[in-house]
Amino acid sequence: MTTTVTGPHREGPRQEREAPPPLPTVPAWRRRLRPYLLSVPAVAIIIGILYPFVLGVYYSFLNYAAVNPNPVWVGLRNFKAVLTAPEFWHSVQVTLVYAVSATAIETVLGIGIALLLNRSSIIGKIFEKVLILPLMIAPVIAAVIWKLMFNPQFGVLNHVLGLGSTFDWLSRDRALWSTVLVDVWIYTPFVAILVLAGVRSLPKEPFEASDVDGAGWFYMFRRLMLPMMWPYILVAVIFRLMDCLKIFDIVYVLTAGGPGNATRTLQVGAFEDSITNLNYSRGSTYMFLLWIIVFAVARYLVSVLGRAQRRAAGAEG
Amino acid sequence: MAREMMPGRRRFTAGSVGADLLILLWFVFSLFPIVWMVLLALKTRSQQTSTYFAFSPTLENFGTVMSRRGEDLTSVNFSGALLSSVLNCGGAVLVSLLIGIPAAYAAGRWKYRGSEDLMFQMLSFRFAPELMVVVPLFVIYNQTGLFDTTYGMIWVLQLVTMPLVVWILRSYFQDLSPELEQAALLDGYTRRRAFVMVALPLVRPGIAAAALLAFIFAWNNYVFPLILTDSEATTVTVAVTKFLGGGGQAYYNLTAAAALIGALPPLVLALTIQRYLVRGLSFGAVKA
Repeated sequence: MTTTVTGPHREGPRQEREAPPPLPTVPAWRRRLRPYLLSVPAVAIIIGILYPFVLGVYYSFLNYAAVNPNPVWVGLRNFKAVLTAPEFWHSVQVTLVYAVSATAIETVLGIGIALLLNRSSIIGKIFEKVLILPLMIAPVIAAVIWKLMFNPQFGVLNHVLGLGSTFDWLSRDRALWSTVLVDVWIYTPFVAILVLAGVRSLPKEPFEASDVDGAGWFYMFRRLMLPMMWPYILVAVIFRLMDCLKIFDIVYVLTAGGPGNATRTLQVGAFEDSITNLNYSRGSTYMFLLWIIVFAVARYLVSVLGRAQRRAAGAEG
Repeated sequence: MAREMMPGRRRFTAGSVGADLLILLWFVFSLFPIVWMVLLALKTRSQQTSTYFAFSPTLENFGTVMSRRGEDLTSVNFSGALLSSVLNCGGAVLVSLLIGIPAAYAAGRWKYRGSEDLMFQMLSFRFAPELMVVVPLFVIYNQTGLFDTTYGMIWVLQLVTMPLVVWILRSYFQDLSPELEQAALLDGYTRRRAFVMVALPLVRPGIAAAALLAFIFAWNNYVFPLILTDSEATTVTVAVTKFLGGGGQAYYNLTAAAALIGALPPLVLALTIQRYLVRGLSFGAVKA
């Protein structure tokens, strides 16, 4: 076999460049193996993380708790106990209310802010720089700040809004909405910067054309902008909805699930069961059920995203 | 006005003034808590609950929080937590880069069986409820002595940093034309040298953005250190919340000072990679 490897100053005919000959120094089977070899460490990490995950699923079929260090297989008993307990369904309800309302508010506000910032006014330019500040502060730290502001006696919110010293932001009726408010404060910029990136990538021609045709603002927004931006909006919605369904840190710091169980989301409930009460099996059952919900929602939204992306690509082409 | 939707046109109308007012409203809401935290951090203990905006500011709290005196007052070792955070997050990002870059390159460059499965497994970690993994880890760590150690934290933080690094970098490697490396191969480079000398330098901005973003998310994480550490490897986020729970003796001014210090590193890092932020936050799905 003659070697075709040449020096750095090789000048070959053009077609050879487009279909480079395989280098004989590296056999084909090794080339085919290469991507697998490169991925081996990453696969090892994945297995290392999947192991506790699988163990968690296994726990949900045992009666494992700190007080019961020698667990036995109990089949579906945990699932039966959890699924028939009203507090589980209460947690599901709290989680869904939190996730849906926070995601909806953030999406609407985020789109609004993106459209306003896109108008290239001077104020918009200045504010765009600081838009992401709440997003980059740790959510727990943000929750600590808000908790201090919510305080009825010396908190600044009641003072500034003139609500007196008896208005309790974290009361039984209001706590859930106050936690949603903090979520909105942190994550609206996330939706806004994604949508803003989408708006800026839009082609100008369709808008100019419909402007010439005398289309109104709302018509252009609904018929042109929204369909083209839909993939960007969906990416933001997917991230927000998934993260809200497993919300823990904001709620835990602000209310720890209280007052009573008014803000006991699924992950907060699982924390109480498995870490506070050291009932690992019950906590794992909660988590396994939450994981199924998250997985189903994710599957559905990703398929919607795929369809939207194809349609937007069609609309642009 | 329909024209307002198009970029580059500026005019002063009732609509544009109204729009500016709306955006101003959002930024008052958005920045007020941060301004308030700064004000609170500048107050003395006697001012913390008795004043709102008029007070005599002092920088003393920052020194107190970082020193032994702060630990005596609040029993929170904040400077220790800062150091642990740096070690945990720095270590986690380093491991993710070393392992993630080759995997991202393989997934971005070649179509091979299982590559999509690998990527989606990574992504599912991003969306999985953390406790599903942390509760068994809590049991395992207590049995193996990894509880409350930097190694234990670096390991579990891979759940945060690895998907980010792999997904962002794959999108960068995909954008890179394979012809560049093929040209290098034809010039007699080995695969490895073509990767190191050609591909790697070209995605350097992507690597920097992925690394810093991974650091930010690791820094901001709360569930893992809350459950898997106690005092030795505990982090800034846990330490800040501990300031609130000091039975009766509340030092809100110190809490605010600690919160400010803890929030600063992510803010500074985020501003340095602002250009790449959209792509990073969306895991490479939105290329701005």
